[in-house]
Amino acid sequence: MIEIKDIHKSFGDNDVLQGISGKFEPGVTNLIIGGSGSGKTTLLKCMIGLHQPEKGNVEYDEREFTTMNFEERIEIRKEIGMLFQGSALFDSMTVEENVMFPLNMFTEQSRKEKLERVNFCLERVNLEGKNKLFPAELSGGMKKRVGIARAIAMNPKYLFVDEPNSGLDPRTSIVIDELIKELTEEYNTTTIVVTHDMNSVMGIGDYILFLHEGKKFWEGSNKEIAHTDVKELNDFVFASRFMKAAKGKF
Amino acid sequence: MNFTNFGRYLLLLRAVFRRPEKFRIYLQAIFKQMDFIGVGSVGLIAIISTFIGAVMTLQIAFQLVSDLIPKTIIGSVNRDSSILELSPTISAIVLAGKIGSAISSEIGTMRVTEQIDALEIMGINSPGYLILPKIIAGITMVPLLVIMSMFLSITGGYIGGTLSGAVTAAEYMQGITTDFNPYTITVALVKAFVFGFIITSVPAYEGFYVKGGALEVAQASTRAVVVSCISILACDYLVTHLLL
Repeated sequence: MIEIKDIHKSFGDNDVLQGISGKFEPGVTNLIIGGSGSGKTTLLKCMIGLHQPEKGNVEYDEREFTTMNFEERIEIRKEIGMLFQGSALFDSMTVEENVMFPLNMFTEQSRKEKLERVNFCLERVNLEGKNKLFPAELSGGMKKRVGIARAIAMNPKYLFVDEPNSGLDPRTSIVIDELIKELTEEYNTTTIVVTHDMNSVMGIGDYILFLHEGKKFWEGSNKEIAHTDVKELNDFVFASRFMKAAKGKF
Repeated sequence: MNFTNFGRYLLLLRAVFRRPEKFRIYLQAIFKQMDFIGVGSVGLIAIISTFIGAVMTLQIAFQLVSDLIPKTIIGSVNRDSSILELSPTISAIVLAGKIGSAISSEIGTMRVTEQIDALEIMGINSPGYLILPKIIAGITMVPLLVIMSMFLSITGGYIGGTLSGAVTAAEYMQGITTDFNPYTITVALVKAFVFGFIITSVPAYEGFYVKGGALEVAQASTRAVVVSCISILACDYLVTHLLL
């Protein structure tokens, strides 16, 4: 479980996060949603230590992350898998080398064992046989799936996903969403997805934390989200004509 | 570099020299960088050094037109200039352009495409993993390239001098073997070591802290070459002043 308590973060005079708190349970898909500039990616970066919050705590299973030193953070990070918005695959490495990279760095497994694990992860994301391709030879959806395979290679306890659907067609988006949900339930990971894609929200949002202008405005599940009276949330959720038309059916 | 940048550069170096996660992985990266920095630059350094040696011989011969000065001096001057200044400094400046821009744009692109963030999230010391192999390759391969450059520069002087008739082969050979002070080689190698460090660490710093996109990566690459060249010339003066 990951718990955030009263997170504050600003850049110059811009208060990006103003006292965000929340609890993210394992085995369910936790979503952080909000419009552009609402602070969701900054919150994610505070949680994984790429930004240092000015105030507040991040706890990984009651281990306080914010005050840890470099070496202690490294131990926590070995338990983290992350899929970046742009996949962040290493350009100079093949698909196989990308997925094997964390295994090379942190395990003493033989090459055969590592290769078995790589093939298992690639199979899990439906990319078997693509081992020797380079990232430049992959489509956007395939890159995301390789990113997921790399993220799960070390059997992470915590999985962070930043905008998994950006730049993908609707069908591929659904495949990625379902994959994230399946992996979360299968391995009981604490999964946190940052998104503003309403298909993801309605499809996989077991727990949703809604941010607006750096503040937490609402939290709940995808079953509750269509029935709230929070104006900012309704404006966000039902911004599109399709969602407006479908409002009564949720 | 202003003081803020210099401070950040020192902090980055501190992170670079943290204990590696896995020596075997770092060793592979070091060999790869040695191939890129060293082997990949042999041709360029060979061509430049040979021509510089040849041109130097012709210019020395042109300037020393006097019956009072023996022509053997052409070889001596070419030898000492090549060893002490031309080979280390010109090679370093050329390498700063070739290798420095490559290092800066490689690391800068990794920064803007979140590859460095990905390394950090995995628990890898990204400055160490990305920069340490480059620095070690730089401080080992640049001195080797400089040794090769010295040899080729002096050889180039021989070829240029004898082909043009500015000096005979015997006079040139006598010149380069007379009053040779081996200490000049030590000075040149100290310079090469320092330059190797600058050529790799300064561009790595510029690339590592890039913010933005393709334009900023290109700007960082240009800045890396400019700052490296100025640092090389400043350190050239400093090392020469200290050792000679």
